[in-house]
Amino acid sequence: MPAGTLYRGREGMWSWVAHRVTGVLIFFFLFVHVLDTALVRVSPEAYDEVVATYKTPIVALLEYGLVAAILFHALNGLRVIAVDFWSKGPRYQKQMLWTVVGIWVVLMAGSLYPVLGHAARELFGS
Amino acid sequence: MSTDTTSAIGPVEGGGYDVDNPAPYIEAPRKRTGRTPRATRGNFEMAAWLFMRLSGVVLVVLVLGHLLIQLFLDGGVSKIGFAFVAGRWASPFWQVWDLLMLWLAMLHGANGLRTVINDYAERANTRLWLKGLLYTATVFTILLGTLVIFTFDPNIR
Ligand code: HEM
Repeated sequence: MPAGTLYRGREGMWSWVAHRVTGVLIFFFLFVHVLDTALVRVSPEAYDEVVATYKTPIVALLEYGLVAAILFHALNGLRVIAVDFWSKGPRYQKQMLWTVVGIWVVLMAGSLYPVLGHAARELFGS
Repeated sequence: MSTDTTSAIGPVEGGGYDVDNPAPYIEAPRKRTGRTPRATRGNFEMAAWLFMRLSGVVLVVLVLGHLLIQLFLDGGVSKIGFAFVAGRWASPFWQVWDLLMLWLAMLHGANGLRTVINDYAERANTRLWLKGLLYTATVFTILLGTLVIFTFDPNIR
């Protein structure tokens, strides 16, 4: 393993690892997402056909994962900014991380029905 | 005590040690001296660092707003289709929103990936190729997305 990739192993390091992993995942998604949206320049049918696959239960699960990654990266990104620019930021970095995790858990629970509801209806009827 | 100019330890101000100067004075490693070239490498890394933070704040609004509209409101993903896109891009407000989001997210993500490549690719050649690939994909994606937003035609068929 390259030198300097393991650092102290506490909250600060693991939140950095999660920030990095989510950032890279979101970037790869964005690349594909611009390509699929570009299909609106091909034909309405081509676009609607691809978007139809996004409405299947399996992709709904991936969308839930995407929401999870973006929400964590956004909330933790604000924490990183606070650590850098707020004079008391470094002192409260740990409390801010657990605040981020708390808000994330609440938002993820709130996203269950809006993002996965249609998939559940398709799988279990009604 | 002699003043040895070849050593990293400079002469102690006022000469000699006393209670206030108990140790030799060592010059700060990056101190600007008469020998520092006037034009140094510039502040690209600092600008990049600042850009990550400024774009991050704007992206919170743009990206979370985008997710809310596309995946949460009005039936979530089920409503998305060509007609929905046409409806939104009929308004310059959403065109500008999407354009800004595309540029900021791509540049933010690309700069983030540049950092990641610098961290993990140890050979200069590997770094060169990975960054070449990254920059090519980034320019391509930004141009394609921009073109699609500006040339979108609701009556394409
Ligand atoms: C939603 C709002 C966002 C915020 C508040 C945010 C914030 C940040 C901040 C502050 C950094 C710098 C971290 C550091 O220097 O240690 C960063 C890094 C990064 N971001 Fe974002 N970001 C956001 C969205 C995005 C998006 C949409 C992408 C992908 C296109 C992305 C990809 C990355 C990557 C790849 C890194 C580099 C990670 C690393 O060096 O470890 N971010 N983000």
